[in-house]
Amino acid sequence: MKRLLLGDEALALGALNAGLGGVYAYPGTPSTEITEYIQGNSLSKERGIHTAWCTNEKTAMEAALGMSYAGRRALVCMKHVGMNVAADAFVNSAITGVNGGLVVVAADDPSMHSSQNEQDSRFYGKFAMLPVMEPSSQQETYDMISEAFELSEELHLPVLFRMVTRLAHSRASVEISNPLSMKQYDAASEKGWVLLPAIARRQYNALIEKQSALQKASLETYHNRIETIEKDPRQPEIAVVASGIAYNYVLEAVAKYKGNLRILKISQYPLPEEKIKRLTKGVQRIIVAEDGQPFIEEQLCKSYKNVEGRLTGLLPRTGELTPDTVASALGIETKSYFQPSGILEARPPQLCPGCGHRDVYAALNKVMEDYPKGRIFGDIGCYTLGALPPFKALASCVDMGASIGMAKGASDAGLFPAVAVIGDSTFTHSGMTCLLDAVNAKSPITVVLSDNLTTAMTGGQDSAGTSRFEAICIALGVEPEHVKVVVPTPGNIPSITETLREEIQYKGVSVIIPRRECMQTLKRHQKQTQSQKPTDNQISSDNQTSK
Amino acid sequence: MKKDIILSGVGGQGILSIATVIGEAATRSNINLKQAEVHGMSQRGGDVQSNLRLSDDDIHSDLIPYGEADMIISMEPMEALRYLPYLSKDGCIITSSKPFVNIPVYPSEESLQAEFRKLPNVQMADIEQMAKDLGAPKSANMILLGMAASKIELLSLDKLRSSLSRVFARKGEKIVEDNLKCFEAGLNLKSK
Repeated sequence: MKRLLLGDEALALGALNAGLGGVYAYPGTPSTEITEYIQGNSLSKERGIHTAWCTNEKTAMEAALGMSYAGRRALVCMKHVGMNVAADAFVNSAITGVNGGLVVVAADDPSMHSSQNEQDSRFYGKFAMLPVMEPSSQQETYDMISEAFELSEELHLPVLFRMVTRLAHSRASVEISNPLSMKQYDAASEKGWVLLPAIARRQYNALIEKQSALQKASLETYHNRIETIEKDPRQPEIAVVASGIAYNYVLEAVAKYKGNLRILKISQYPLPEEKIKRLTKGVQRIIVAEDGQPFIEEQLCKSYKNVEGRLTGLLPRTGELTPDTVASALGIETKSYFQPSGILEARPPQLCPGCGHRDVYAALNKVMEDYPKGRIFGDIGCYTLGALPPFKALASCVDMGASIGMAKGASDAGLFPAVAVIGDSTFTHSGMTCLLDAVNAKSPITVVLSDNLTTAMTGGQDSAGTSRFEAICIALGVEPEHVKVVVPTPGNIPSITETLREEIQYKGVSVIIPRRECMQTLKRHQKQTQSQKPTDNQISSDNQTSK
Repeated sequence: MKKDIILSGVGGQGILSIATVIGEAATRSNINLKQAEVHGMSQRGGDVQSNLRLSDDDIHSDLIPYGEADMIISMEPMEALRYLPYLSKDGCIITSSKPFVNIPVYPSEESLQAEFRKLPNVQMADIEQMAKDLGAPKSANMILLGMAASKIELLSLDKLRSSLSRVFARKGEKIVEDNLKCFEAGLNLKSK
């Protein structure tokens, strides 16, 4: 049976059919569709698979580790920067090891289509000394995710599974296998899960001893293979290391290439040393094509001369690879017949018409006119768009929750007024601890907790704290009379302005909660009440056929 | 044979529905397909595009190289021009003529038309007005698909029609009819 699937959906279905027990995730582009697909699949309901969203990537990673401990196969999904949040649990899970298979998906975003950096998750895999898989196509994604669970159980280690935007969000036809039954092993009972120093030292040594098994797995997998292309026997051979989807760009270029190539396709790490030796034997040039940071290139530079790639300028140092940049690295000219039009204007994304965040910024900007030295610290979500015209309201946007932490720190340094703007889902993800710090220090900051009842930026997933924000803020120690709810509409801007002015004058922490439903989810809810909503992606997806 | 298509427009205009119908038709015709699309932040009223590749042979890259797109299908005229470096020498542009102005500075109608006059194969129509006249204002994107249909070649018109019906089936008969009506209108426009 074949189905047309996004890379993310191929991963999701592959994991389900591998006998998954639960998916644990916080939404983040380009990883969100993995969990959404599992949520919509009938097998999840039949089998009682865990699919609910988690509060953040760390809680997701820990719950998945718990499921693995108890003997089931668990999947964790996040965007690349989520790895920073999950890192404590992730790195230590390499020391405890796993019981049921545990696969951690990090979806990287080279070119920062929807992100604030382009960190490469493969470094996390190497840092934690874990196997990393990096498929090159939708079919390979489907196939490799079940292999990842098997490898995880064989090595008793988590496996890091790296996706990139162009694979996550690209569709192709995928051959689907029949679902395996759900895996259920006995719960773990070894002492290795208690990472007291004496035990942790032993476990760490065991992890180091396992490295040869990781190396062996990388050497033996079919996904790491050498292919040769000979077009002109008189010309020298060039070695190319192509990882993940970079392999596709190399193959795309091969059709136009006139020389000889020896290609090592890499889809599993650690790098297979023996295959690299074979690849590089007798060649003058070694070209490394990898989507993301120069992870392979840096490693090869230590042992080999004549390595070229992003570090040498053969390929661009930043941004995702394209078929054009890779072709050009191989000396092939791709050509444009038409120049870019001279009349183009940029069309950046913007807050939706009617969005409540608009009214929040209109009121904030009005108040801040009186405080030229004041600053508004922003956060991650739709409302980050308040940094762009027409609002230009934000001084910063760094990481999940940073608005409150930075407002507190700036206030410690005497900045006044220090205002934080944070969304509801971002607040429960990583803002609550910052708020507790501010309460304990009695920081004179004003927190605008803009609540649209959903995780909007990623498409409207459930938000962990919906309907409990006042209670959460009061429980963290904010004075009840300084927790105020307003309704952000154009008509209410004068009264919101008034509330903001009052709370800025308060010499302690205040939280103002503008609350109105996201326009996107509102539209969806209105449609749903008009017509029945299909709930099963096996039946309803626009894109699936069987044959 | 291969057909590389760039779909473009503004977030929310419905370019992905065009891709979905083509994808359905390709899968049911045993034609290989790769279709890279944009999710996330730019969907909020920003410029969006999708790279759609069809072939009866293997497709490697999810992205179309410079100079190889056989077609740019655009829901918005300025957005059609954004992808010119990808258009092949004999490639064509099929676009809505009606600007979607949600930015403070937008090129004048005159300069826009002057740009299109420089290009060899352009087909423009006020698809929004046409769809309104047909009583199906939400199906303008299917007029574009109709205009492009005979140029896709790898997929038969009947396969496109039946795929369109399948894709919209769960939205009800009326929606299917509206979309088919618009598809046919686009197709007829082409043959004039």
